[in-house]
Amino acid sequence: MYEFEFARPTSLAEALAALKAEDAQPLAGGQTLIPTLKQRLASPSVLVSLSAIEELKGVRREGDTLCIGAATTHAEVAREAAAHYPALAALAGGIGDPAVRNRGTIGGSLANNDPAACYPAAVLASGATVVTNAREIAADDFFQGLFTTALEEGEIITEVRFPIPQAANYQKFEQPASLFALVGVFVARFADGVRVAVTGASEEGVYRWESAEEALSKEFRPDALMGLRMNPANMIHDIHGTKEYRAHLVGVLTRRAVAAARG
Amino acid sequence: MPKDHGIGASQKRREDVRFLTGRGRYTDDINLPGQAYVAFVRSQVAHGILKGVDTSAAEASPGVLRVFTGKDFEGVGGLPCGWQVTDRFGQPMQEPAHPVLAQGKVRHVGEIIAAVVAETYEQARDAAEKVVPDIEELPAVVDMRAALADDAPKVHDDLKNNLCYDWGFVEENREAVDEAIRNAPHVTTLELVNNRLVPNAMEPRVAIGDYNPGTDESTLYTTSQNPHVIRLLMGAFVLGIPEHKLRVVAPDVGGGFGSKIFHYAEEAFCTFAARQLKRPVKWTAQRWESFMSDAHGRDHVTKIELALDKEGNFLAVRTETLANLGAYLSTFAPSVPTWLHGTLMAGNYKTPLIYVNVKAVFTNTVPVDAYRGAGRPEATYQLERVIDKAARELGMDPIEIRRKNFITEFPYQTPVALVYDTGNYHCTMDKLIEIADLDGFEARRKASEEKGLLRGLGVNCYIEACGIAPSNLVGQLGARAGLYESATVRVNATGGVVVMTGAHSHGQGHETTFPQVIAEMIGIDESMVEIVHGDTANTPMGMGTYGSRSIAVGGAAMVRAAEKVIAKATKIAAHLMEAAPEDIELKGGEFIVKGTDKRIAWGDVCLAAYVPHNYPLEELEPGLEETAFYDPANFTFPAGAYACEVEVDPETGKVTIDRFAAADDFGNVINPMIVDGQVHGGLGQGIGQALLEGCVYDENGQLLTGSYMDYAMPRASNLPFFTVDHSCKTPCTHNPLGVKGCGEAGAIGSPPAVVNAVIDALHRAGHTHVTHIDMPLTPARVWQAIHG
Ligand SMILES: Cc1cc2nc3c(=O)[nH]c(=O)nc-3n(C[C@H](O)[C@H](O)[C@H](O)COP(=O)(O)OP(=O)(O)OC[C@H]3O[C@@H](n4cnc5c(N)ncnc54)[C@H](O)[C@@H]3O)c2cc1C
Repeated sequence: MYEFEFARPTSLAEALAALKAEDAQPLAGGQTLIPTLKQRLASPSVLVSLSAIEELKGVRREGDTLCIGAATTHAEVAREAAAHYPALAALAGGIGDPAVRNRGTIGGSLANNDPAACYPAAVLASGATVVTNAREIAADDFFQGLFTTALEEGEIITEVRFPIPQAANYQKFEQPASLFALVGVFVARFADGVRVAVTGASEEGVYRWESAEEALSKEFRPDALMGLRMNPANMIHDIHGTKEYRAHLVGVLTRRAVAAARG
Repeated sequence: MPKDHGIGASQKRREDVRFLTGRGRYTDDINLPGQAYVAFVRSQVAHGILKGVDTSAAEASPGVLRVFTGKDFEGVGGLPCGWQVTDRFGQPMQEPAHPVLAQGKVRHVGEIIAAVVAETYEQARDAAEKVVPDIEELPAVVDMRAALADDAPKVHDDLKNNLCYDWGFVEENREAVDEAIRNAPHVTTLELVNNRLVPNAMEPRVAIGDYNPGTDESTLYTTSQNPHVIRLLMGAFVLGIPEHKLRVVAPDVGGGFGSKIFHYAEEAFCTFAARQLKRPVKWTAQRWESFMSDAHGRDHVTKIELALDKEGNFLAVRTETLANLGAYLSTFAPSVPTWLHGTLMAGNYKTPLIYVNVKAVFTNTVPVDAYRGAGRPEATYQLERVIDKAARELGMDPIEIRRKNFITEFPYQTPVALVYDTGNYHCTMDKLIEIADLDGFEARRKASEEKGLLRGLGVNCYIEACGIAPSNLVGQLGARAGLYESATVRVNATGGVVVMTGAHSHGQGHETTFPQVIAEMIGIDESMVEIVHGDTANTPMGMGTYGSRSIAVGGAAMVRAAEKVIAKATKIAAHLMEAAPEDIELKGGEFIVKGTDKRIAWGDVCLAAYVPHNYPLEELEPGLEETAFYDPANFTFPAGAYACEVEVDPETGKVTIDRFAAADDFGNVINPMIVDGQVHGGLGQGIGQALLEGCVYDENGQLLTGSYMDYAMPRASNLPFFTVDHSCKTPCTHNPLGVKGCGEAGAIGSPPAVVNAVIDALHRAGHTHVTHIDMPLTPARVWQAIHG
């Protein structure tokens, strides 16, 4: 690691002030950032830890919306969201291993926007709202390609608001080494239609599979997807799978997610 | 009643008390006063001309003591290779120089270009980033076939080409084998890859060099399976330090699997730099450095042909293998694809004619050397895969075709030099059928089918050769080392025993099993016996631990030394009891005059040896301490039969291992629980190779699997509960304990079982076009095979 200063504010206001320093960077669970620092791939001047800020933590229900503080760990979401939004809780409970889940946070995961991460699929398929210190960003506008989001310099996520669907399911097919999603599909059914978000597969990051949404909105059954094929053209190709394989998995996992969501 | 003491008792591992409570003392736990730290600058290109290294900015960086480059090592020896293979034309292998720090050229990603020594590790790394190598990149040689093309770039400019050797075995059989295959009623051919693996010991490598200018003595603390070998190689061949001025200490070692046998550049560097700087110099590998600097394993590309008659009797085997050696010859690299591989091609079968051809190739990749099993997994995999394929082609049951060809009479002279002293392959196969519940397979298959999954069963046998020996034979085969083992048994005045062994545990549990043997021989409690290992200053010259040799060779040396001690103690007891030594027996910790009630306790005899007031000083020296060196008459031959059941998800290609059974014959067993554990670990590694692990370079020689994000290690969740058994026992006929060794069996025997099972599952589901899938059988590969 390179040398850096360390701040651990207890309020959002203090954190924002600390982040004004040049090359300051927020530190959430550190599950992505600390390995990056150890490999000397980043050199922040100040790390501003979000872990002591109570107002950024916790799971709260407001009517049909589930609000999750940005600094809430995956383990907490797995526990606290289970009664309200089981598919989301299950997704959180399937991230990494217990050590990762006890440190890693939803805000860190979304800000990082790893193309193989799980949360982006839930946020996009739920049509959630990403709340920052400055504004509210619709999921459809938040994710902007690999490791890229709508966040501005110094802007931090404070909360994520999930509309709770009637039925939902996340199917994750693990990359054998990292156990991140080789392909992950989140299907959410709302009164006004179905949303399907795919992670892990595309060179452009998490995306919505619109033709599947259309078919499933008409008829929420696995068979409704018959004849639909994902185009492999923009899929990721690496040592863990070809474009064709990933495109194929998108279909398989979407069908399985629909079947599971129907219960 | 299971025994709770001595040979055959499942005693808990005493070393685990410290390992499990954080009190192990590993090399990285050692910190010496005044210690400096080194950060290595490693090549980021696979192949290039090293025109120069600009170290000026690094030298000016805070805390830097000195920056070393290849120039500093110009008068220093290179890293030696410990085995010379002779090719099929009688010529010695091509043997390139192997500099400690790169000179003139870089030949693989990870090769050390410069070394920065500084007051702290972070300062060393800061400065290392300021070292600027001037490299003219050359096209990299990665693929072995391409490496052998006439116009291929040369890894070593001073060699004729990239071929280290073209080895034929047994060369005299070549034509007879060709003829047998030409005339055979049936020939089954299979082309396969034995995937390259990264060893991944849990403890990364560490080296600390120390030098005392007052005594001119050097000490190297290192993560090694064989400190004496390192002392000899580094002292005599690299740095020119006489052995009496050089001490090598390997304290607790956290796994090695072969990767810590070899003498590495970092060890020589730290020892050298400590002498130059007159300060201790420490290096602890980062995990990314392990991936690009620990010797890799396997990496063979093979074509095997099995000739059979119509009844399924094996007539001949012919193989052609390309073996990747990487950029340089690691310590024992040349022996792995040859003597540890070709000699195993008979397997458990009485194939009369065998010919093995191996072309060993230099490439711009990390050196490849012995890794758990070393050559024997490669032999077993190809043989057991081709037998399965042959059975399918002939419409025979895979178990029956094996049984039909089993060797049943011992000693058995194979056509590939080895003489199997003993074995009983039907016994392990019978046992396997029982413990794997093969009768229940069909019912389980139906249950899988109802879930939409394809169940398959894979069965195979294996044989391995452990405890490579004898020294005079391996010397003829090209070994530049002896392969005996040593032990000193020191009895203290109050009867406690310390065994100083040349073997060295890196996870095998020697501190538990070795005392069990001594306790059995003397009749004392294990708590009275202590094991000392891993330090050249207080153990006799020994060859260390690898090749499942510790108990078979090291244990035998200890038995020989203990026998000498007991013989002397018997004479002392005879004197004390005024009886003839022939009339005395040692039983339950007492010397007894046969047929009388005269007895004297072990401890009293030991005291007499060190307080020799009443003692036959004219005939016997005082004291009770003996050393023995044991050079075995032959290898040992553990063998067994394994069965694997998998479920394949045809939609995704994902393979799940539902059950795995292993029936092994290890001869006599000292501690059954530890043997179970060794088999479990080996199965984990073998299943890892079969399903998950694969080291991949791109065409430019960049390592694509350089971290756990891309290199898939087996996890507990990838493994089923294992059913293991070692009740079939044909004790080794030529070592005093009748033991054979068990450390590598699991890793050798399991990969073909897994692959056979997957192919079986696909065939049962009608995907009969799939005759083979190369390891690792990732979901993507299996899916591709089904749809390809
Ligand atoms: C072994 C392992 C396995 C994993 N497996 C999975 C998996 O299966 N699926 C999966 O989805 N993920 C997985 N992860 C990633 C894990 O979910 C991480 O927790 C996540 O990527 C980052 O969250 P974090 O809280 O640790 O963020 P950090 O590492 O602390 O930060 C990540 C980035 O986000 C920024 N940041 C953090 N919080 C905020 C905020 N509130 N506002 C703005 N920017 C912020 C940081 O500055 C940094 O750039 C795994 C990680 C590991 C180590």
